[in-house]
Amino acid sequence: MAIQSAPPRTKKKSARRKKLEAAILYPIDWLEERSGLIGGVRFFLFRKVPGDTNWMQTLGSATLTAFLVQALTGVILAMYYKPDPENAYKSIQHITNDLTLGWLVRGMHRWGASVFIILMFMHMGRVFLFGAYKYPRELNWIVGVLLLALGMLEGFTGYLLPWDQTAYWATIVGINLNGTAPIAGPFLSQFLRGGAEIGPDTIARFYSLHMLLIPGGIMALIGFHLYLVVRLGVTSPPWSADAAGRERVDAPPATNGRNGLVRPGPRGRNGE
Amino acid sequence: MSEPAGRQGSEQDPHVPPPSLWPVGFAVGIATLLVGLVVSPKLIAPIGAVITAVFAFLWVRDVMRERASAVDVEPETRAVGTEPEAAPIPANEGEAAMPEPESEEEIDRFPRSKFLEGATLGLGAAIGGLVTVPALGFAVAPAFLHQHTHNVDLGPISDFTEGDFVVATFLVDPAAGEVSRRTAYVRNNGLLRNLPSFTILSNRCAHLGCPVQPNGPVFQDKEKIQKTGNGLEVRLIPTLPAGGFGCPCHGGQYDTEGNRIAGPPVRALDRYEYSIRNGRLWLGKTYSVGKVKGQGANAQIAKYPLAGPGEHVDGLESWLYPVDPPHG
Repeated sequence: MAIQSAPPRTKKKSARRKKLEAAILYPIDWLEERSGLIGGVRFFLFRKVPGDTNWMQTLGSATLTAFLVQALTGVILAMYYKPDPENAYKSIQHITNDLTLGWLVRGMHRWGASVFIILMFMHMGRVFLFGAYKYPRELNWIVGVLLLALGMLEGFTGYLLPWDQTAYWATIVGINLNGTAPIAGPFLSQFLRGGAEIGPDTIARFYSLHMLLIPGGIMALIGFHLYLVVRLGVTSPPWSADAAGRERVDAPPATNGRNGLVRPGPRGRNGE
Repeated sequence: MSEPAGRQGSEQDPHVPPPSLWPVGFAVGIATLLVGLVVSPKLIAPIGAVITAVFAFLWVRDVMRERASAVDVEPETRAVGTEPEAAPIPANEGEAAMPEPESEEEIDRFPRSKFLEGATLGLGAAIGGLVTVPALGFAVAPAFLHQHTHNVDLGPISDFTEGDFVVATFLVDPAAGEVSRRTAYVRNNGLLRNLPSFTILSNRCAHLGCPVQPNGPVFQDKEKIQKTGNGLEVRLIPTLPAGGFGCPCHGGQYDTEGNRIAGPPVRALDRYEYSIRNGRLWLGKTYSVGKVKGQGANAQIAKYPLAGPGEHVDGLESWLYPVDPPHG
C-alpha cells in the first residue's frame, strides 16, 4: 500500500534533542500533573466552533480585551492617584505632565473606557441580531446586561476622579438624577454622596467603588459569562445552513476570486 | 532490610541521579553578582556573572548528560483465581444486599449527619453575618447619621445694600475644606416691622443641582472679602440679576424671588434661614420652597423641609417622595 511504501518522514530524534525537549516540557508537565491547568486551558481555548462563524463574533473577546486594558492601566494609575479633594486634581496633573508615560497610560484608561462601553454595545447588538440570546442562552444575555450596567457604573464613578469642574458638576447632576427616582431615590443619592452634600468622603467613596467593588463584580460576572459560553458553545450565524438543519451544499469551486467579499449564501467546505 | 552495597543493579535503589553540586556554584555566582552590583559594579559584578555562567553551563550539561536507563524488570506474575467461582445468585433470589427499612420513619433518621450539616451551614451563616452586617452598616450608615448644618457668618449687614443682590461665597464646613464651598444670592430687603429682612437664595438649581447664575452683570471689580474669624473669608460680589437667575446646565430659569419661570426645574430655588447676631448676618439651615407669592420682605414663601434637586415638594408628584433621608 502507498502509505507503507513511503519512507517515514520524521527522522528519529537524537537522544540529545529528546533530553532538551524533556527539559523544556518538564515545568509544563509538573504544573499539569499537579493542577490539571494545562488540560483546563486546552479545554477552554481549543474548542470546536461552527464552521461559519463570523468576524462579528470576535466582539466579545474584543470587549474582554478592552476590560483587561482598563484593569491593567487602572491598577497602574492607582499607584499615583490620590483620592482626596485637596490632591486628586494635582495628582492627575502630576500623572499627565510629570511622570514618564503617565499621559499615555492615563489616555489609554480614559479613551479605553469609551472603547469598552462601545464594544459592549456592539457585542450586544451582534448577539441580538444573530438571535444568540435565545434558548438556551437567555441567562447569558441577562448576565451580559448586568455587565453592561456595571460597566456604565464604572464610567459614572470614574468620571468624578479627575476632580475638575466637568467631573464635579457631571457627578452632581448624575447623583441628583438618581435622587429623583421615586421613594428610594433620595436615599440612593445620599448613599452615593456619602452624606447630604458632596464632601471629602465622596471622592474616596467613588474611588473605592470604581476600583474595588464594581471591578470585582465585573470579573465575577465575566467568569460566569465565559463559563456559559464554554458550556453552551458558540452560536452559528442566522444564515447558517447547519444550524437550520439543512444539508450542506458543496458550492462550486470559487472562480471569480471574490468569494470573501460577496456572500451569496451558505458556503460549503469545498476547500477541504 | 539492609542497605545494599554499591548502586548498580539493586532493586531497592531508586534510579535518581546523584546530587549535583553545580547549583551551589550557580547560587554563589548569583549572590556574587548581586553583591557586586551594589558594592562594585565594574569588578565584582562581572566576576559573579562569569561564575554564574560557568556553573549554569556545568549544571545544564550535568542535567542533559546521558544516563544509564533503568533496567527493565519483568513484573512478577502469580496465578490468581485458583478456586472456582461460585455461580452468581439470581437477582430474585437470596438475601437483599441491604435490608428494607421497616417503616417510613426509619428512612429519615440520620440525625447526626443532618445535625452536622445544619450546624456547619448555620455557623457559616452566623460568621458571615457577623462580618457582613458591620461592614455594610459602615458603608451605608455614616451617609445618613449625624448630618448637621453649620451656621455661617457672612459679616456685618452693612455690607448688604438695600434692594441689591450680592453673590456670597463661603465655606459651609471649614473642617471639610474647599469641597464645602457654597454660593448664595443675598438681598437685603430693608426693614419689615423694624426688623431687617433678607432674601437668601441657594444657587443649587432645583432641577439637578447645577450652579445657577445671575442673568445680569456681576461686578467683579467691586468684590469685597470679609474676614469672619478663624481665618475664614466670605467673598461678596454685587450683582444685578435683572433677568432673574438661569442655570447653565439645562436652561432652568428663575425670577428674582427664585420662582421657576422656565425650563425643567420642579420648584423654586432653595433658601437659607438666617439670623442677625450683633449686627452680623448668619446663615442657618437650608429649606426648600414650593412657590413664592409677593416680593422681598412681603413675600409669602411655601416652605418645605430641604429636598434634593429634582424632587417635587408640592402637588401630586410629591407623593413619589414620601420619606426623605435626614439632611441635617
